[in-house]
Amino acid sequence: MKKSFISAALAATMMATPVLADSVKVGFVTTLTTPAAVIGNDMKNAAELAVEHMGGKMGNLDLEVIFEDDGFKPEIGKQKTEKLVKQDEVDFVTGFIWSHVLLASSRAALGADTFLISANAGPSQLAGNRCDKNFFSVSWQNDQTPMALGEVLNQNGVKSVYIMAPNYAAGKDMAAGVERTFKGEIKGKDLTKWGKDAQLDFSAELAKAKASGAEAIWVFYPGKAGGAFIKQFEQAGLADSMKLYTVFTVDALSLPRLQEGGLTGVLGSFATQTWSPDLDTPENKKFVSDFKAKYGTYPSFYGAQAYDAMFFIKQAVEKVGGNLTDKDALRKAMKETTYLPTRGNIKIGNNHFPISNLYLRETVADADGNWTTKIVSTVYDMHQDVYASECKM
Amino acid sequence: MDASLVITQLLNGMQLGVLLFLVCAGLTLVFGIMDFINLAHGSFYMIGAYMCGTVTMITDSFLIGVLLGIPLTLAVGYLTELTVVRRLYQRDHLDHVLATFGLILIFDTGVHLIWGAGGMAIPLPQWLDSQIRPAEDIVIPTYRVAIIVVGLAVAGGLYYVVTKTRVGMLIRAGASNRTMVEALGVDIKKLFTLVFAAGAAIAGVAGMMISPITEASIGMGNEIIIVAFVVIIIGGIGSIKGAFVGALIVGLIDTLGRSYLDQFLKLFMGAENAETAAPAISAMLVYILMAIVLAVRPQGLFPPKVR
Repeated sequence: MKKSFISAALAATMMATPVLADSVKVGFVTTLTTPAAVIGNDMKNAAELAVEHMGGKMGNLDLEVIFEDDGFKPEIGKQKTEKLVKQDEVDFVTGFIWSHVLLASSRAALGADTFLISANAGPSQLAGNRCDKNFFSVSWQNDQTPMALGEVLNQNGVKSVYIMAPNYAAGKDMAAGVERTFKGEIKGKDLTKWGKDAQLDFSAELAKAKASGAEAIWVFYPGKAGGAFIKQFEQAGLADSMKLYTVFTVDALSLPRLQEGGLTGVLGSFATQTWSPDLDTPENKKFVSDFKAKYGTYPSFYGAQAYDAMFFIKQAVEKVGGNLTDKDALRKAMKETTYLPTRGNIKIGNNHFPISNLYLRETVADADGNWTTKIVSTVYDMHQDVYASECKM
Repeated sequence: MDASLVITQLLNGMQLGVLLFLVCAGLTLVFGIMDFINLAHGSFYMIGAYMCGTVTMITDSFLIGVLLGIPLTLAVGYLTELTVVRRLYQRDHLDHVLATFGLILIFDTGVHLIWGAGGMAIPLPQWLDSQIRPAEDIVIPTYRVAIIVVGLAVAGGLYYVVTKTRVGMLIRAGASNRTMVEALGVDIKKLFTLVFAAGAAIAGVAGMMISPITEASIGMGNEIIIVAFVVIIIGGIGSIKGAFVGALIVGLIDTLGRSYLDQFLKLFMGAENAETAAPAISAMLVYILMAIVLAVRPQGLFPPKVR
């Protein structure tokens, strides 16, 4: 192995031409400090697993991934993106959990003609009038998942719902998504304080939800607020009288802790999502089982998307034969992507967001007794976000 | 307006209030007696939660977690006073702020190293994980009632110690006129250490109480410390009574603001604007109150008697 590496290195030095790079550099911006580091670590683990599965190579180029921590702050995300683009001269920047961090950082990459691939955040702005030829998403647009959930509420014959979400850009997008498709009555709505000192005690809101007499409650609480909400929902004894529906709240990061705390109320709750650990593609099965073997837990959707982002780049790099200087060919290759390893068939829309299925998933215990999610049905078949028409591309 | 909902919300506000009081009690004494600004007071709130969580995980009992968590947090507070804080009393406020900000970073990173970034969920025992129905329409989680009971018990205990015991007399004297107490031959150093460690332990109790509701997490103390400072400014720095009343006022304002402000705002603005503005304004209410108190009565509502 060492010998072949040396000879490869020698060959590389001898053949080195100024035009063709011998490695592909990917910058990965995510949150690795603050309590949100749980999300960032899951993405980092998944991306590292992807590199391992690729054997450290994309085509015949060596792959180098540089991880940066955005500290959950837009201004730091922007700084780190600038560093990756200017100092490390990466070919692609990916990652990005948070919509506000992505919005603040996007100029730094796109302005320098560097490809930016979101592995999670899907703000409406970048899907609509601020869409960009060098920006791609391998996740979803914010509104899509809650829209699918509103549809599920209609299908289940839910007549009235109470809405709770954090008071920030994505929270409002998500609430708007549910309201757009849900046909019943909205009995009440609370937007709670979000940010560095986010509200985590929902006693007042839960009392209002109960008094409203709504049949079901819908919430969007990513990260640690999700676990806190579900605990209080159960402690308040609401689980018996209201059905719980969520988006991006019950995931592989919160479930082990909820199980540890014995919060059985979450079992049987429904959520919509573009991915689930049991989604049936050969690559997804390999991803989930290898992830579990390596890190001891189920991967979250954040991890799955990070894994997909790496393969999305790989597919394009291989298609252009490793010629990273031909940006037009690379862009065309990415646009023509029809398959993501953990998601299966997709299409890339005119605004460079995926057109894909949305599934309803239920929280269940797996064969080993660990809590996870299982796909129940397909809510939307190849769904495109509503902002695509505003994008002039 | 629904009467049972109002009562429920008042109880919720009271629960938040007593929790705030537990954090403020130590803060106001340390600030009042030692003239020491301790930004890291919130870290003890976090440490208490993690200590209690760890013991709860090992022994499988939340009660033992709390009972052992208190002396453990006390010990951390004691060591902090001994190693760092003690050297700072003679310095000015800017040095206090800088040094205790450094302490926050050390505690946060320390917790990250020991327990990881994931936070810690603390399961409640069966007998606390239910609901109480004092009337037909009023349903309150048992645990929230337990928080109110613990908070009031600590408040009562503090009241007794501060007003009826010799140590309490010294504490009151220290808050009023430190130099004089020292001149009378009281070992003020020992008193400081005691107050600091006890304050840390009481803040730790607050952290232990809240973590079964919101989970223990890094930085949880930094979120509450700002409100705690607001409370002690409203109540009067150095006054336990002020901290108690201030905490209840802030708890009630916060909860009632979150409950009714959006409905109130909808009377004279669009529904969408009201929904967006309400959480922002209700978060501001306590600061507005503080500004009013500072303007009208800068010494706070119940300042300790000087002289």
